[in-house]
Amino acid sequence: MNIIICVKQVPDTSEVRIDPVTNNLVRDGVKSIVNPFDMYAIEEGLRLKEKFGGKVTVLTMGPPQAEAALREAISLGCDEAVLVSDRAFAGSDTLATSYTLSKAIEKIKDYDLIICGKQAIDGDTAQVGPGIAATLDIPQINYVRKVEEIKDQTITAERVTEEGYEVIQSTLPCLLTVVKEINNPRLPSLKGKMKAKSAVIQVWSAADIAAAEDRIGLKGSPTWVLNIFTPPPKPRGKIFEGEAQNSVNQLVESLKGIIH
Amino acid sequence: MIDYLLTEEQIMIRDLARQITDEKIRPVAAEYDRTEKFPWGIMKDIAQADLFGVYIEEKYGGLGGGILELCLATEEFSKGCAGIAICYSASALGTYPIILAGNEEQKKKYLPSIAKGEKLAAFGLTEPAAGSDASALQTTAEKKGDHYVLNGLKHFITNGGDADIYTVIAMTDKSRGARGASLFVVEKGTPGFTFGKKEDKMGIRASSTCELVFNNCKIPAENLLGREGMGFISAMRTFDMSRPGIGAQAVGIAQGALDEAIKFAKQRKQFDKPISSFQGIQWMLADMATQTEAARALVYASAREVGAGVKDVGVHSAMAKMYASDVAMKVTTDAVQICGGYGYMKEYPVEKYMRDAKITQIYEGTNQIQRNIIGMGLIRESSK
Amino acid sequence: MSGITVYKDKCTGCSLCAKACPFDAITMVDKKPVIDLDKCTLCSSCVEACRKFGAVEIIRTTTQTPDIEKYKGVWVFAQQRKGVVQPVTYELLGKARELADKLKVDVTCVLLGHNIKDKAQDLIFRGADKVYVVDHPKLEHLLEEPYARIVSNLIRKHRPEIFLCPATSVGRSVISRVAVQLRVGLTADCTGLDVNVDERYLMQTRPAFGGSIMATILSKHHRPQLATVRHKVMKEASADPSRKGVIEVVEFDNTFFISRTKVLNVVDEVTSTVNIGEANIIVAGGRAMGGKENFKMLEDLAKVLNGAVGASRAAVDEGWVPYSHQVGQTGKTVCPTIYIACGISGQIQHLVGMQSSDVIIAINRDPAAPIFNVANYGIVGDVFEIVPLLTKRFQEVL
Repeated sequence: MNIIICVKQVPDTSEVRIDPVTNNLVRDGVKSIVNPFDMYAIEEGLRLKEKFGGKVTVLTMGPPQAEAALREAISLGCDEAVLVSDRAFAGSDTLATSYTLSKAIEKIKDYDLIICGKQAIDGDTAQVGPGIAATLDIPQINYVRKVEEIKDQTITAERVTEEGYEVIQSTLPCLLTVVKEINNPRLPSLKGKMKAKSAVIQVWSAADIAAAEDRIGLKGSPTWVLNIFTPPPKPRGKIFEGEAQNSVNQLVESLKGIIH
Repeated sequence: MIDYLLTEEQIMIRDLARQITDEKIRPVAAEYDRTEKFPWGIMKDIAQADLFGVYIEEKYGGLGGGILELCLATEEFSKGCAGIAICYSASALGTYPIILAGNEEQKKKYLPSIAKGEKLAAFGLTEPAAGSDASALQTTAEKKGDHYVLNGLKHFITNGGDADIYTVIAMTDKSRGARGASLFVVEKGTPGFTFGKKEDKMGIRASSTCELVFNNCKIPAENLLGREGMGFISAMRTFDMSRPGIGAQAVGIAQGALDEAIKFAKQRKQFDKPISSFQGIQWMLADMATQTEAARALVYASAREVGAGVKDVGVHSAMAKMYASDVAMKVTTDAVQICGGYGYMKEYPVEKYMRDAKITQIYEGTNQIQRNIIGMGLIRESSK
Repeated sequence: MSGITVYKDKCTGCSLCAKACPFDAITMVDKKPVIDLDKCTLCSSCVEACRKFGAVEIIRTTTQTPDIEKYKGVWVFAQQRKGVVQPVTYELLGKARELADKLKVDVTCVLLGHNIKDKAQDLIFRGADKVYVVDHPKLEHLLEEPYARIVSNLIRKHRPEIFLCPATSVGRSVISRVAVQLRVGLTADCTGLDVNVDERYLMQTRPAFGGSIMATILSKHHRPQLATVRHKVMKEASADPSRKGVIEVVEFDNTFFISRTKVLNVVDEVTSTVNIGEANIIVAGGRAMGGKENFKMLEDLAKVLNGAVGASRAAVDEGWVPYSHQVGQTGKTVCPTIYIACGISGQIQHLVGMQSSDVIIAINRDPAAPIFNVANYGIVGDVFEIVPLLTKRFQEVL
């Protein structure tokens, strides 16, 4: 069972603050982390490998410093790591990113399963996973909360829906995106960290993966950001303090017309 | 924090222990303190992270580090919960006699499973009538053919009941006093070896403290560590090794409490200002931080000395244990003071640090005994 | 040549661009920015920071959809579940109608399913001018492959300029495949949509960085412009039974229905309360609730208000409430009329999931808790005292 895990290095949004004076996003000193949802993907990949054998390859696209995310994945137990990095990839939207990662996956070749986190916390698009499946023309099961069974080149998994869940069966190879419920990610081990420190990370350029020039980076990205703005801060609401019953009465009075 | 010029590997150990503390220990610290359950889940996390073997030689499945490595991990765990930290470091305490006095076969038999974290160890010295006066031991080991028969009672044993491997000191020849004590390995499940009362403690409540009961407990003669009569010396050498670890635990407790106090002082507003803007609070924090750092410097220096195999480390390791634990008690008390009424409430984490700190002044030799060691060392040194 | 350019004559050396760069790619040399192209991802944060001076620009040369002017009309993907059109569809129809009226074009719905034909008329009543119905047993469940194939085919044939899809789990899965098949842009999870009538492009506003900022996304040169739209943000279109429109049943040959995935089972997880994604009122509890048993009082309050119970991550991690009730970055994003946060301090990860609620009410004993910064109303006090009083008071007045 050969598994490819796609991860993304993201700014830790829990550390992103809004400057109360300028109303700008303060990113100073915000550290980069592996997208939290991808940690569940890594864990699931490792568990499946422990059960069925094979190899786990972790893949990311990004600037050279994204290598740190791959080293973290290796410290958890991933076997190999590939960084797809090239100036030509800068400015990629989800379409160009899906294409680029797909080209890298085609170069990695032997795989039964691709696992992605359900979305990245900086963009929250949830589009790259299905985008890769579509580019490679393989089936996908999104929002997986449990892998029930893998046998005879099929996988059965539960996908979360707004109302509950569905049990989906797919042929392999297949792409999964996973949700938080699926597992409890492990911590790295010291031996893993040492291995990660010296591990060789393969770095592939646009030429290495034979990416078409008009499908990557700015040129291959139909969407772009026109502007970014901070939502206007809400004026401070009405806060009741003091005696409890009094506060409750005032609140209920204020809500007349909203709750009826 | 002062740059202690740690190696890359030591930094890795510290960071990993910190990650375990932040992600696994902190969220559950209050619950374990309340329920007094043994933190098996966390022990598993620490084992999986390879941290149980940091001080054990590579050929026995460890990472080949020394006392400083153990101290770095213990300090980080203690920032989150000193009770959980002591479960970890008490296993090391129980292991040192094997490292110090054990033969190759004994090391091969016990160390790998301890290094992997599959088994916890515990050290059995203290008895109801033998606390600071460790030479007043009552537990006996009588040699009968190819085995020893143990009889007696150990109490206040950390990891008691939960550990699998116990290093136990017992008298093989009562007439010789301290020179008649010997060390043995006793495995859990040995007939005649049972556990007594589990103590209800003021602090470090996640750890188990329990009586060991030996009632005609037969163990093979090969479980003797070192030679007969060398037990007391091995035990003292064990404490020389382990005292920096208690110091590290104390530093972690102090740092954890200091961090909480700073956080609180910045948030808490009185007279329309955060209380951290008041000089009175700043001076308290400044003293707390300086004392904590001084304790850390002493602990690391002592740990390095012990780890490097320097002879006669007793005085310095006693200084590290004694000073760091006194600092922990003072800093945690001041942290409660800064947090005021909130600090006194169990809903907030600060009072737990104060309860946990107290034991570091007491166990593995009370601070009075440490002062004896230092004092006698000074006199001895000056008369050379 | 596409890429990033610094106009040194316009630069005042203020270094705002360097501070704004999330990738540390900009350093100031002699008071002018120097961009390290190895680190730069062309994310345009610096362009935004320099809006006032316009000294940084990203120049794009991109491909364009051929015959772009021939793409006309606004389409909506009608999401059905178990043969019932989901209410989110009507929200999209409301928005689609508004955009189409500005552009002076028609609104078309695509309805895929099994035994679904009779549901098309209601879409006309709700604002569609035309409905393409594809009715086939293989379409009973929403499976990405046949659904994407059919939607892509209809789009290629009829060339709409805008295509809106619900940002539901299945909606997102299908439309991402469609975007790749058509090689067009897709903007996820929009909370605001408008059109530039002269240049006929869609302005798509969506939260990013966990909702702490908003971004406006364009896809000027490609058609159709695909967007998924967040549930409970747009106003639902009301039904007008006098509206007229065309319903066209489209047949496809069997190859279109091939799927390598199949649905073995559909399970609705029935909880004692309403699905929080759909609820108009949510009563949510956090760490300060102190235990599973205390959520009972939130259930009581929710029951009186006919609402659902939500929870912060802290409460879910403690095991007091199942994950399906979690609100926030790693849980669900909700947008009810009223959100009552009980003993929730208001970490950013939680705020992200609920701050677009119409009215936020916070109950917390700490007056400095960040939740009060987003609350429209708040009570400073002990939840265990306030919540039962609130339940009682609502019982009296409702």
